[in-house]
Amino acid sequence: MRGFAILLGFSLAGVLLHDALHLPLPGNVIGLLLFLAALFGKVVKLEWVEQAANLLTGHLLLFFIPYVIGAAALIPFLGNNAVSIAVGIVGSTFAVLWVTGTVAKKTQPKQKEVAQDGKLSA
Amino acid sequence: MENFLHDPLFGLTLTIGAYALARGIQTRLPWLHPILSSSAIILIVLALVRFPIADFQGEVGLLTSLLGPATVALGVPIYKHRKLIRERLKTISVSVLAGSITGIVSAGLLVYVTRGSHEVLLSILPKSVSSPIGIEISRSLGGTPELSVMFSVVTGVLGGVLGPAFLYRLGLRDPVSFGLAMGSAAHGFGTARSLQESETAGSFSALGMGLSGIVTSLLFVPIYLWIG
Repeated sequence: MRGFAILLGFSLAGVLLHDALHLPLPGNVIGLLLFLAALFGKVVKLEWVEQAANLLTGHLLLFFIPYVIGAAALIPFLGNNAVSIAVGIVGSTFAVLWVTGTVAKKTQPKQKEVAQDGKLSA
Repeated sequence: MENFLHDPLFGLTLTIGAYALARGIQTRLPWLHPILSSSAIILIVLALVRFPIADFQGEVGLLTSLLGPATVALGVPIYKHRKLIRERLKTISVSVLAGSITGIVSAGLLVYVTRGSHEVLLSILPKSVSSPIGIEISRSLGGTPELSVMFSVVTGVLGGVLGPAFLYRLGLRDPVSFGLAMGSAAHGFGTARSLQESETAGSFSALGMGLSGIVTSLLFVPIYLWIG
């Protein structure tokens, strides 16, 4: 439970900082940055948090399900804009995948094949 | 009889149950993404018990709160791959910047040429980043935050479900390119999917997600000034 407490603490600290300073980043991301700083600064040891973190990241999708249901509830209200929205989202999503992936591949040192690590079981 | 529907245990049991079932289905039907099957199961059950789907998100506050620590937890794979990340700093920054610009410009252009409303145009611009960032950007632009959340979720589902096959077809299989593309295009959904691919892909996806969120927020600052 120590790991969960630490992760919750950083998440809460991120939200508090976001509210107090009106930072343009969400609390979650601020919490992630603080947590990374703590890991690199050896304030938090990897073994304290690793198990809890693996459990949460292994089931990351679970925490998005409520948002998908919320989005589904709005679909009937899109009306005339539905086609435009569909074209925008589909086109733009594939464009970002293509551009980011291609630029990443081209700017990497000639592949000495990054070793694939084992699949995460979740 | 109907009261149990408003007990927090109902939403929690339904969501986790549907998720567990969806993961089980995935082992039999690997092409069926668990986010689709679990959402379908929940929507069917809600329709059967006549529970308004617009109210469901409010019923599962515990799960939405846990997204916070789950996002923080992405620091662990990032930290574990710090050596490779340090070697690829240039690749990470250039590709995420290119992807973030592409996301804003392409979404805006496509909605503009297909004659979407002004409200939709402003709300779709931040769609590549995770919804908490999208909400803030949309609000500052004068868009509709609820629409932005929806666009960001639909983008995430689409990228998470179809992204891997698309990237494989383009020959972008190495975990660095794969992860950066998935995280920049489909934020948390892309990262969840990348973590199933490999821990390296997952950590680069988490980086792509976090950095594109930061870069996109910064790219909008001149746009606010321009709109005035």
